[in-house]
Amino acid sequence: MADSTLPIGSAIDLTPPGETYGTWLEQVHSWVVTVDHKKLGMMYMAYALVFLLVGGFEAILLRIQLAVPHNNFLSPEVFNRIFTMHGTTMVFLMGMPLIIGFANYLVPLMVGARDMAFPRLNAFSFWMTALGGLFLYYSFIGGVGLQGAGSAPDFTWWGYAPYTERAFSRGHSADYWALALIVSGFGTIGAAVNIIATTLCMRCKGMTLFRMPLLVWLNLVVAGMILVTISPLTAAQIMLEIDRYLGGHFFDSQAGGQPVLWMHFFWIFGHPEVYVLVLPAFAIANEVIPVFSRKAIFGYPAMVAASAGIGLISLSVWAHHMFTVGMPSAANAFFVLSTGLVGVPTGIKIFNWIATMWGGKIRFATPMLFCTAFVVQFLFAGLTGIMLSVAPWNWQLHNSYFVIAHFHYVLVGAIVFCFLGGFYYWYPKMIGRMLDERLGKWHFWLFVLGFHMTFDFMHIPGLLGMPRWIYTYEPGRGWEIWNMIVSVGGIIQAVATLIFVYNLVYSYFKGPEAGPDPWDAWTLEWATSSPPPEYNFASEPVVASRRPLWDLKHPEDPDSRYE
Amino acid sequence: MSATTIPLAHGAAHEDWVLPYHGTVGMLALIVAEIAIFTIFVVAYVFYIGKSISGPQPRQVLELPIFNTVCLLSSSFTIWIAERGLKRGAMGAFSLWWAVTVVLGAIFLGGTGLEWKKLIYHDGLTISTNLFGTTFYSLVGLHASHVIIGLTMLLIVLIFSLTGKLKSEHSRQLEVLSLYWHFVDAVWVVVFTVVYIIGR
Repeated sequence: MADSTLPIGSAIDLTPPGETYGTWLEQVHSWVVTVDHKKLGMMYMAYALVFLLVGGFEAILLRIQLAVPHNNFLSPEVFNRIFTMHGTTMVFLMGMPLIIGFANYLVPLMVGARDMAFPRLNAFSFWMTALGGLFLYYSFIGGVGLQGAGSAPDFTWWGYAPYTERAFSRGHSADYWALALIVSGFGTIGAAVNIIATTLCMRCKGMTLFRMPLLVWLNLVVAGMILVTISPLTAAQIMLEIDRYLGGHFFDSQAGGQPVLWMHFFWIFGHPEVYVLVLPAFAIANEVIPVFSRKAIFGYPAMVAASAGIGLISLSVWAHHMFTVGMPSAANAFFVLSTGLVGVPTGIKIFNWIATMWGGKIRFATPMLFCTAFVVQFLFAGLTGIMLSVAPWNWQLHNSYFVIAHFHYVLVGAIVFCFLGGFYYWYPKMIGRMLDERLGKWHFWLFVLGFHMTFDFMHIPGLLGMPRWIYTYEPGRGWEIWNMIVSVGGIIQAVATLIFVYNLVYSYFKGPEAGPDPWDAWTLEWATSSPPPEYNFASEPVVASRRPLWDLKHPEDPDSRYE
Repeated sequence: MSATTIPLAHGAAHEDWVLPYHGTVGMLALIVAEIAIFTIFVVAYVFYIGKSISGPQPRQVLELPIFNTVCLLSSSFTIWIAERGLKRGAMGAFSLWWAVTVVLGAIFLGGTGLEWKKLIYHDGLTISTNLFGTTFYSLVGLHASHVIIGLTMLLIVLIFSLTGKLKSEHSRQLEVLSLYWHFVDAVWVVVFTVVYIIGR
């Protein structure tokens, strides 16, 4: 881990960090006004972690209520608010800030740039996202409307109109929901614009598009998707507010409006959105797995093509969320086929990850544990997804716990696992200290245990007919034991998460120093100190291959000879 | 500490390493997002053509806004002329044609306002009257609000130009802004076709 032996030594600014910290107030001020992509990235990540805990707490409340039949821990009204907020929080206040945070931190470093293309837009985007989220949570206090109804949103995270129209959602909860997401949506689009401009215009010398790290490729695809994914939701929510306050009739059946229009608009957003969430998880796996297998990623061009293919095809599958709505058979068939098709490039990626590990010298440090579990779990999640893509199967299981099990398998089992791996991998770069490996392993194994207890067994009540969104259920249907197991698994995941939070805090103060390149990795972020100076690189990098640090550490066998 | 680049075994000179201007790329990305928003409103408009169950129908109340359209589309031409003037350093020509662009845009906006005044007070069509009203005012209003934003930016640039702050080095930035203005005009072509031709 000593940095003096690396040939990049002259590129690292060895000036001691010096006593440049001001008063506590000055430090806080520097974070509030910062336009530095690293600080903004870390603020996004911290924001996401806070809301991971909040959303997780909401999940625990739901699981306590559902652990036994005819429970009255939460009233039906409160239950509806908690699951609506759980979903909305996890997608918009945890998932999106997390992926944007990692992209913000890593993309400029990985392309050898000094910052993002538009640093002030970057700051604006963060604050829009952050304040939008706080606005959403203010609804718990402020959502009471003229007729005394309302409080936090309680109409599921889909916000289906006309349920969210004035007549059926009195009070202001629907307005908090729509406005908070419109505002944070502007922030998200700003971040996407930034990522695209940075990736296309600010790569260092020699870094052609096909020499970029795969993480950068995937975030480029994601940024492109965000531009056409978030906008439909923004449009639909504007239409909803026009209906609610200007007397519009977009979704008003009495005037001829159609609820199915909201469904189409929401799912044209909603389906690509989950690919927006998962592709950055692939990005992390693409960086971690090769380094801990000591092998370059297998099939880089195929990975690029598959990622772009997934992004493109995912824009055409949205109505597989609407199989039970009564579309014509031809329409149903189209979406069955397109959804099946998106599984093909996804499968290619899974094969390539396995091929990367095959014959490699695998080291199961904590990042690799999480990313390996990801490969297995994502496979299962994809398989239940393919099952659900078959319309007649979907007709039986639509809106059952089978669906909830499927999507949590992807969201937690794939996305959260990969991002946890990413935290363990890049925390040393961000903070300058390693996370504790022992605590990491405790975290991993407890989380795996809890995850599988909850989400493996959750498929069964779904198959036995348990619908989603119900606040309680009768005994005697055979659902009781499964719900209890699912709930206990949730508690175990909560304990594992608290271990992780403790690790983050403890290692900040007591973790061993990391140095610039603790994992012996190959991409440019490891070519500067940990944490990097504000300007990232003391001199502009010049690269000749996909693994510039490999070339430097192995001048007798550089990748540039083979690419 | 020497100012070496991170050393490289085989280095090409990379003197020709030129990437696109980030302003243009950023604006194009924004335009893609805006196209997506407009598409949703256009889809809603098309979906609801002929579906209003009461109230004024498009054929009864809409007149082709030919003059407005000619003004707005010409402004794309005049902004291009202004840009050419800026590139050659002809600040006077630039200011003139830029001002003409602003005026043409303002005429379009005024014309839209007059049209709406007629529709509201004379024909009784508001956003809450029927599906046609809702989708018409939403779509045309969304476009008009983008015209307002564009005009505001154009006006700021005009002020910079008239106070002598604008230089020919700013061509690239101005290109970015005029890209936005061309986008606004292109959207109008689509809105015009959908609302005044197909929808009637």
